[in-house]
Amino acid sequence: MEVIRSQKRTVSNDVVSTPTLPLYLTAPPMEVRLEEFELFAIDRLRVLKGVSDGLARGRNPNEMDDLVETLWKEHMRLSDVSEMINKDIISHFVLRLVYCRSDELKKWFLSMETALFRHRFRLKKIEEQRAIVGEFGLPYKAVIGAELESLKERLGLVARSLGQILSDVENIYYKVPFEEVPDLVAGRRVLLQKGYAFVAGSQLVSLVVTQFRSHLSKALILTNRKWTTTIREREKDRLTPIVEALSTSYLGPDYTQSNEYADISLKDIDQVSKSSFPLCMRHLFEKLREDHHLKHGGRMQLGLFLKGVGLKLDDALAFWREEFTKKVGSERFDKEYAYAIRHNYGKEGKRTDYTPYACSKIITSAPGAGDHHGCPYRHFSEDNLKAALSRMGLSSRGMEDVMDKVRNKHYQLACTLTFEAVYGTSCDTGINHPNQYFEESQKILKSKTPTAPV
Amino acid sequence: MTREEIENNGEDMMIDDSKPKIENDFNVHYLRIYYGNLFPYTDIHKWLSYGHDGKHPGCDEYYFGRREFSFTLENDVYLRYKSFKNASVMEDAIKSNFPYKIDIGAVYSVDPDKRHAYAHSGTNLFTPVERELVFDIDITDYDDVRYCCSGADVCSKCWPLMTVAIKVIDTSLREDFGFKHILWVFSGRRGVHCWVCDAKARRLTNEQRSAVAEYFRVYKGNENNAKKVDLMGHSLHPFLARSYVDFLKNFFEGELQATQSIFSSKEKYEKILGMITDEDIQSDLRGKWENSARSSLSEEATSRLRWEQLKKTLQSKKNKALSLRTCVEEIVFTFTYPRIDLEVSKQMNHLLKAPFCVHPKTGRVCVPIDPNNCDEFDPLAVPTLSQLIEEINSGGLRMDVDDDDSDRSLLGKSIKFFRSSFLEPLLKSCKEEIESSYKTKIAKTKDSFSW
Repeated sequence: MEVIRSQKRTVSNDVVSTPTLPLYLTAPPMEVRLEEFELFAIDRLRVLKGVSDGLARGRNPNEMDDLVETLWKEHMRLSDVSEMINKDIISHFVLRLVYCRSDELKKWFLSMETALFRHRFRLKKIEEQRAIVGEFGLPYKAVIGAELESLKERLGLVARSLGQILSDVENIYYKVPFEEVPDLVAGRRVLLQKGYAFVAGSQLVSLVVTQFRSHLSKALILTNRKWTTTIREREKDRLTPIVEALSTSYLGPDYTQSNEYADISLKDIDQVSKSSFPLCMRHLFEKLREDHHLKHGGRMQLGLFLKGVGLKLDDALAFWREEFTKKVGSERFDKEYAYAIRHNYGKEGKRTDYTPYACSKIITSAPGAGDHHGCPYRHFSEDNLKAALSRMGLSSRGMEDVMDKVRNKHYQLACTLTFEAVYGTSCDTGINHPNQYFEESQKILKSKTPTAPV
Repeated sequence: MTREEIENNGEDMMIDDSKPKIENDFNVHYLRIYYGNLFPYTDIHKWLSYGHDGKHPGCDEYYFGRREFSFTLENDVYLRYKSFKNASVMEDAIKSNFPYKIDIGAVYSVDPDKRHAYAHSGTNLFTPVERELVFDIDITDYDDVRYCCSGADVCSKCWPLMTVAIKVIDTSLREDFGFKHILWVFSGRRGVHCWVCDAKARRLTNEQRSAVAEYFRVYKGNENNAKKVDLMGHSLHPFLARSYVDFLKNFFEGELQATQSIFSSKEKYEKILGMITDEDIQSDLRGKWENSARSSLSEEATSRLRWEQLKKTLQSKKNKALSLRTCVEEIVFTFTYPRIDLEVSKQMNHLLKAPFCVHPKTGRVCVPIDPNNCDEFDPLAVPTLSQLIEEINSGGLRMDVDDDDSDRSLLGKSIKFFRSSFLEPLLKSCKEEIESSYKTKIAKTKDSFSW
């Protein structure tokens, strides 16, 4: 891809033969105008941000399909089909440059591009889907004859277990090594036998998405290498400033550095937990005070949150020590738990200053036996959630609104409604990070009583 | 130093479990003797070399040296990133440190000892390249469904939960995933570990490991939700159906009912009623059971009767709601289905305790368990350090495991099983793989000469 300043752009003839869903396997030979470089990337970024929002709000796959279709039309559509494909390809490769530059950026980009690809793929007709599978050069054959007969009954059981009816007219099954379809295996959505998964035609998306993801992941590493060794320096007056500006715009604050609103001391922490913590953290905090212990997931979620809230390392050590020594004794605390706390603050090991978890991460976590982390709106039973909400001071009317959101799996909207009910104001941006909840809450409380501790 | 009287001779190791013995037979002195004479260094080295013994030109002589080990010493000193060039270096290291615990990690791209040399370049060149697929099942994760013990204790009433877990997981690993080289090991106190050693398993990525762990995951709960198994009313996936029919159903209705009497008290049966999503059915059964609270039946008989009543009621009402159709299975799964520690399985760099270590709290050796005979395994009969030491003292200092008496020595039996059932078939398969991939490589280089 060559970036030029001229007014005209030469459109390569290759473009006409590319399918409508590019796989981005290689950067095609085309010229890009400098203005397009930035504009196309921004439009695609709007799409990716929309995808990210949709996922965080717990939209189901069908809803995501619709959302992607809408987003794509809104931001990426052009009157000429081949121009549209160009924009698609160009914007993807520009964003690769932007998002290859750190592990966190890579992870976000990989997740969003994969999700985008997945839903665009789902929107295609079956013949187009099969063609795309062919593009990847996957060697899988359909299961036929005696082998199919021997599996039919169990294939039917799998379909029924998913609430589907097995229609053997439309459905072809592909015999694929189980490693190629991890998400289908994880969800028990396929029959497994001796290391092979039997993937239905309607599940092809899984196969393709795994390939897409794997390819993009490797490509990002290569792109990063090229960027750091040659491109960044060579383009320092032209493309590099654009690239560097693009990545910071859409991810939101990460709360690694706490600001002046949030500097809490140990003596205030109990009061602050009742007045400003979101439900997830309040629950963890209460359980910690009650049991004098939290399992690993809870320690991470609460510990990083407290760091984001402004708890300094020494205070954090004192805080956790105070609780844990009631149960495990001071020697065990020093041996087994203190290291991990220091690790979270970037004082041990590879010295990464870990960022507090955002709602999307907390919602997708999987608390098990003895755990108290996770998102209460998702992980609590209705009764427990209602009890917790009433302890936060919600009226029964307010609670019904929240529960309605929960039943529709809009966990962050539920938390936002809780926030609005507790503080009597509206929160237009919506809650997507526990530390955001805390900061917004502190802003409101401090504006009411500027000097008293809240 | 007092010696506990051992009640019976070396053959029959059953200990009366109604009076649990507190055996204070773990100490550094015994541990030295154990690592000096009994620990099977050669076998462990052979296993972890996976055929790379240098005898074939296709062997990677540095393979063993890229494996991470960790030692936990007395006073909880923890040493990570240990690696050994060969068996005798490993043996020397263990004999000079006498670790309380030895963990096995992954095989890395470079020698863990030299990892810092590769750290400067920005991209991470020190990464795991191979690691067994491992599972860890710990009986404390079942505390909400076992009434005889809790926490670190285990007895003959609740241990069968581990037995049924082994059967379910082992069958699935072989039948569904096609794995063949599977080692089950007693964790020394209250659980089991599973090492899947096929080449395919060792090369799985974190995402693929996560997928396998999630495939096995059914129980999703903690004290914050009442219903921890949700099969969503549809029919069961063939894996779950097979597990239910072949293992779980009979275990629940047979042994579990006999030992745990899960309906016999109000506190116990309320927990089960909470799993039924229909409030009318709950009240119906509650009413019946409150009235029969003072019957003359034994705890076990009461429990069985109530289970039959529950099944009958659900059967008659099953068309009322989709969620009721799999309620019976959900209850059985909640009490009996394996609960694995997902985090252990998901990451390649996770360390796991080595087989044939000695557990510091119980003094018991982490011996292999035969999955085809796991009903016979008794965790309270596993050889302890003091028993092994006494055996050495009474039989002479050298324990030569290769002679025909090996069946009668306490540890010899385990080592023999390790070799014949696991190690030999594994090494045979590894050799074949090394040979065939070497042949392929040679063939390729021959081809590349044609311009």
